[in-house]
Amino acid sequence: MEPLIAIEHLTYGYEQRAVVEDVSLRIVPEDFILLIGPNGGGKTTLLKLILGIISPWSGTIRFRGDAEGRLGYVPQFANFNRTFPISVLDMVLTGCLNRENYYLSRRRNADREKAAATLAKLGLIERQGSNISDLSGGQLQRVLIARALVSDPLILFLDEPTTSMDASSQSGLLELIDSLRAHMAIVVVTHDPTPYAHRYDHIACLNRELHYHRRGELDSPTLEKVYGCPVEILGHGIPHTLLPRHARRGDRP
Amino acid sequence: MSEVLSYGFIQHAILAGIMASVVCGVIGPFIVARRMVFISGGLSHTAFGGLGIAYWLGIHPLLGATVFVLAAAVLIARIHEKNLNQNDLAIGILWAVGVAIGIIFIHLTPGYAPDLMTFLFGNILTVSPGDLLVTLLLVLTVTATVVVLYRGFVAVALDEEYAKARRLPVASLKMGLMVLTALSIVTLIQVVGILLVIALLTIPVAIASELTRDFRRIMLLSILCGIFTCLAGLLVSYVAELPSGASIILCGGALLGLVRIGNRLFAGRKSPPPTLRQ
Repeated sequence: MEPLIAIEHLTYGYEQRAVVEDVSLRIVPEDFILLIGPNGGGKTTLLKLILGIISPWSGTIRFRGDAEGRLGYVPQFANFNRTFPISVLDMVLTGCLNRENYYLSRRRNADREKAAATLAKLGLIERQGSNISDLSGGQLQRVLIARALVSDPLILFLDEPTTSMDASSQSGLLELIDSLRAHMAIVVVTHDPTPYAHRYDHIACLNRELHYHRRGELDSPTLEKVYGCPVEILGHGIPHTLLPRHARRGDRP
Repeated sequence: MSEVLSYGFIQHAILAGIMASVVCGVIGPFIVARRMVFISGGLSHTAFGGLGIAYWLGIHPLLGATVFVLAAAVLIARIHEKNLNQNDLAIGILWAVGVAIGIIFIHLTPGYAPDLMTFLFGNILTVSPGDLLVTLLLVLTVTATVVVLYRGFVAVALDEEYAKARRLPVASLKMGLMVLTALSIVTLIQVVGILLVIALLTIPVAIASELTRDFRRIMLLSILCGIFTCLAGLLVSYVAELPSGASIILCGGALLGLVRIGNRLFAGRKSPPPTLRQ
C-alpha cells in the first residue's frame, strides 16, 4: 500500500541541539499510530515537522499525491490562545481555508453547511454562536477537532488529546476516534498510551530517535499488563517490560 | 457652533480625524490581537529618524519616513520569523535609535527647525489638502487590502501554526500586515502625530472590545469610536483652548473609562472579561 506520508531521515533541533534525529516513519491509509515518549522527547516537534509548521534541518517528507493538503491537526487545547474574538462556527470555518481560498471574503455555503454538520456530529451545534473564550476546555477541544475534520482530512493528528481530561470526556473522545478510524489515518501523540491500548496498529517511541513497533509485539495477555502499569511500556529492556531493548545507534543496519 | 464648522482648517481637521479613525479601526484590531502594539510604537518612533534625515537632505519628509519605517518593519518581521526571542529587544533599540537619529539630523538642518512636539502630537489643525489626499489614498489601500485578505489575516491572528499547517502563506501575510501597519503609521504621523496614531490604534479597539466580541463588529465599532473621539477631542480643544492631539487622546481615554464602568454596572456582573483586552 502506498503510504500517505513517507518520512525519511528527518532531523531537527533548537539552537545546536537535535530534538528529533534521523527519524523515518511511514503512515499508511487507515493506520492508527501511537506516538509515545517522555516529555521533551520531541513528539510535538515531529508533529509540527510533518504538518509543515517548521522545516527540518535535513531529511524529507513525501506525501501521496492527494494527501498534502489533507492533514487535520488538533493541537493541545490547554495551550490554545483563546483571546481572539471569534465564534465557534467561524473558528471551525477557518479549517476550510487553504492556499487557494484565503483571499477575498466570499464564503461558500457548502463550507458553512459542512461546518454546521461537523459541529452537530460533535454535539456542539447549539454553541455555534458562542465565543471561543466562553467554552470549557473539553468543548474547546471538540471545536479544535471540528476544525480539523471539516476539511475531510486523510490523516488526523491529535496532540495529547486525553491529557487533563475526566473519565467521561475521555471515553467520549475515544468513541469519536473509533468512529473516525474507517475514514482516515490517525496519529495520537501521548505520554500515556493506556487509553489507546486496544486500538492502535503501530506504536512509535520517540526520544530524539524513533523506534517503531507493530501491534503484534504486544500480545493480548501483555496488553492486560499495559493497563496495570502504563509506565512500563516506555521502559524498554528493563526487567518485566513488554518490549525488547532497542538496538543502540551503532548496531542498526 | 455652525460658524466653527465653516472654517476650512476645522473641516480639514475633521476629515483627517475621520480618515485616520477608519485606517486605525481597520488595522488596529489585528495589531491588538497579534500583540503588535509595542511594534507599532517602535515603528512610529523609527519613522522619526527618517523624517529627520529627509529634512536634512531637503527631500519630502514622507519619503524619508517611509523608507525608514518599511526597513524597520521588514527587519522586525524577519527577526520575528527566525524566532530569535529578540523581538522585544530589537524593537526597543529601533525605537530609541530612530528618535536619536531624528533629533541629530533635525539639529544639523540649517535654518528652519520643525517643532519636535509637532511630531509627537501632530497638529491636526494645520492639515493641508495635500495631506488629506495622501491620507485618502492610505484609507483606500489599507481597506482594500484588508477586505481582500481578511480571511487570511484572521487565520494568522487566530492560530498561526494552524494556518501554516493549512499551507497558507503565513510569512507573507504577516509581512503584509506589518507593511500595512508601517504605511498607516508613516502617513498618519504627518497628520496627527506619533502619539495620536498609537492612541487611535489602541483606545478605540479597547472600547469596541468592551461592547462586542465579534471581530468584524470590533472593526466597525473601532472606526465609530475613533471618529467620535476625534470629534469630541476637537470640540474640547476648541472650547477649552487646549492642544488638539492631546485633547483627542484624553477624550478617548475618558470614553474607555466610562464604557468600562458602565459595562461593570449594567452588564458586567455575569459576562466574562472581553477577549481582546490583555
